[in-house]
Amino acid sequence: MAERTTIVVQSGDMDKLYSALIIANGSLAMGMEVWLFFTFWGLERLKKGGLEKGPLSKMHLLGLGKWMVKRRMKKAGAVDLQKLVADFKDLGGKIIACEMTMDIMGIKRGDLREDLIDEYGAVGTYIQQARDSAITLFI
Amino acid sequence: MAEIKVDVRGQTCPVPLVEVRKAVRKASPGDIIEVVGTHPASKKEIPMAVEALKLELLNVEGADTDWKIRIRR
Repeated sequence: MAERTTIVVQSGDMDKLYSALIIANGSLAMGMEVWLFFTFWGLERLKKGGLEKGPLSKMHLLGLGKWMVKRRMKKAGAVDLQKLVADFKDLGGKIIACEMTMDIMGIKRGDLREDLIDEYGAVGTYIQQARDSAITLFI
Repeated sequence: MAEIKVDVRGQTCPVPLVEVRKAVRKASPGDIIEVVGTHPASKKEIPMAVEALKLELLNVEGADTDWKIRIRR
């Protein structure tokens, strides 16, 4: 069985989602399995049209900071979140959506990008994946 | 035996690694994958991935900002 990376994506901030997906895709590229658990604010990014909507965690400045960072990322040749997620799924990465977050926030399955989600689960699912993971992170 | 070309010139982290992985998945055992790129960290990290994936690194040549790596699956 391949080594595994398990990441809790709790933040909905744009920059943190980049970190999570870059680590996830790097893990897949280097031959590992990856599970991403989207919970709380992170789950907002799995809503239809929500992927790119996250603010910057610092210096968001009502969107001006995000705009500047995105412009600089484009100039540096960094790919967008759509491409990172597409590559993630293409390389066999798995996504779990937290059901309790869905209940708390009143999110229905139909509100989410169901095409990206492999499972709906709770903490037990995370623990079962994380206990056998070489890398686990909370972002 | 096929030779697969991967051009990631101008691409940055994590795209070179990801594109190499995609090519490896498409390749059959014995196929050669030739990657050209300009991202300095990837010149070091693609060989790390090759080792992790238990593939054969044939050669790495060129400058850090303009390199060519050959891999055998």
